[in-house]
Amino acid sequence: MAPVKTERDLRLDLFRGLALWLIFLDHIPSNAVSWITIRNYGFSDATEIFVFISGYTAAFVYGRAMQEHGIMVAGARVLKRAWQIYVAHVFLFAIYLAEISYVAHSFDNPLYTEEMGVLDFLKNPDVTILQALVLKFKPVNMDVLPLYIVLLAGFAPVLWLLLRAPSLALIASAVLYTLTWLFDWNFPAYPSGSWVFNPLAWQLLFVFGAWCALGGARNLTRWINSPVLVGLAVAYLLFAFLIALTWYFPRLGSYVPEVVGDLIYPIDKTNLDVLRILHFLSLAIITVYFVPRDWPALRSKALWPAVVCGQHSLETFCLGVFLSFAAHFVFTEVSNRVLVQFVVSLIGILVMVGAAALLSWYKRVERQGPRPPTTRPGYAGGDA
Amino acid sequence: MAQSMGDMPAECRVAEHLVENGIPLPRVTKAIANKRLSILVVGAGSSLLPGPNGAQNAYPARLRAALAEKFPGVEISLATDVKARRTALEMVKVLPEDIAAAKPDLVVWQTGTVDAMQGVDQDEFSQALGKGIAKARAAGADVVLVNSQYSPRTDAMIALGSYGETLRWVAVQREVPLFDRFSVMKLWGDLGTFDLYSATKKLDIAGRVHDCIGRLLADLIVAAAKPEAPPAPAPDK
Repeated sequence: MAPVKTERDLRLDLFRGLALWLIFLDHIPSNAVSWITIRNYGFSDATEIFVFISGYTAAFVYGRAMQEHGIMVAGARVLKRAWQIYVAHVFLFAIYLAEISYVAHSFDNPLYTEEMGVLDFLKNPDVTILQALVLKFKPVNMDVLPLYIVLLAGFAPVLWLLLRAPSLALIASAVLYTLTWLFDWNFPAYPSGSWVFNPLAWQLLFVFGAWCALGGARNLTRWINSPVLVGLAVAYLLFAFLIALTWYFPRLGSYVPEVVGDLIYPIDKTNLDVLRILHFLSLAIITVYFVPRDWPALRSKALWPAVVCGQHSLETFCLGVFLSFAAHFVFTEVSNRVLVQFVVSLIGILVMVGAAALLSWYKRVERQGPRPPTTRPGYAGGDA
Repeated sequence: MAQSMGDMPAECRVAEHLVENGIPLPRVTKAIANKRLSILVVGAGSSLLPGPNGAQNAYPARLRAALAEKFPGVEISLATDVKARRTALEMVKVLPEDIAAAKPDLVVWQTGTVDAMQGVDQDEFSQALGKGIAKARAAGADVVLVNSQYSPRTDAMIALGSYGETLRWVAVQREVPLFDRFSVMKLWGDLGTFDLYSATKKLDIAGRVHDCIGRLLADLIVAAAKPEAPPAPAPDK
């Protein structure tokens, strides 16, 4: 079958797929393979890519629904999606509990009496599980989905505004971001502190992604293709890279002028530091400049594994979180040799690709089903 | 359990290169010259070892022993205020009393793990560190910070990352040497010098780890307190 001309930008799938792989690798504690992930070379990491593209695709999918069926129908669909993600999150939490309980029972070491205290929450499950269900208690590495849930839960009115007055919606989002920084707004967490990914700050990237999807990107084309901007982006990425080097070679830290250090640190991930946004934007500018929308390789076999993962992002993400638990389990129970870390990381990615391919196949079968095949443009995933 | 007196065991030395530091400890230099060095270790649970000989085998006492070896003529006193489950802020609160009692030339401050376990706000953590350092300095003491342990089994459950970064940054900003216990132990774990994964009630490995930490910490202090102290980091001009 000749590839259907879709309006879907395969670059989004590709980079979301890659981001999912990187998130998986970053989520495995002390994984030697994670040195390849972008967070080691600059300020931003795969989370920015994931949130931006999620905003973009949400606007792309639900924007059309809103134009065709109105705000009620589109809003209901958005909420249904948020609910699905919530269920996925609770499912992952159950798996996490299973792993933790196992560790709590099997592990004892006088060196780590302090660290074992982290398992104390198992002693009062009445509180902890409840706090987890209301998204206040979030174990390590289970912060992204709650962010996504909150962003989607509030998305319908934002989308409505984006469709009518896109600039106004973007400005409102930036204002909320600024106020959040000024007044230290965040959602409370359990047992103390606040959300690791502050939705009130991270919404900016989500809304910006949505804004780009609804025509903003077209308006920006002239700017993005200007060599000056690309030059600035390269310069900024280089700057971030040099700063990142000082994290690994503390001696180099003395070459960072104090003014610069005072200015940039701390780089606030919780509240989506401006430095992180700029880093993400620089990456995006360079990507868009060098990877055209109709780049033939996007449909190649070589990139298909990443593309197909990006097309089933929720499932792949959840699977990735599960696999990172499993990988950690292998490291602790079997072996943590570097070779094992490589093999486990690779197997993890292959499993993610396999699952995404299966979903893609299933979706195609479902669509073909007893009914005549629809000509609706949709996912172009498994054509390769 | 405790290593016999003498040179540093090879297993400790594996991580020697990670204990680099360009920040001097002038107060300690002076105290050594005056033949009396008083040290206060403030810390939480990972500065302790259980068991009847716990205090003797934990790194604060091992640090004292290692320093006593290096400076035979110097009278070295060590006070500890080490209790499990304390955040940086909780330790800052008791710091003035501790300092008043011990009158230290050097405060070794181990913190960060409990803050990470409780998800304490990064700003609060950073401010607590700053406050503690200021208090120690106001009382005329140098400070060395010690970060979290590398604990592979609980790696997936405690988000040490950003707390470690904050600790590192505060150390750079306030010009306080940081003893990077995390990287040292991670290297030991990766190379198999010590089996940090094993589930055991035995204390032998824990004792050896603490002994090495005490010795390496002593090395850092000795290097930083040399009369011909290492040159301060060159300002980038």
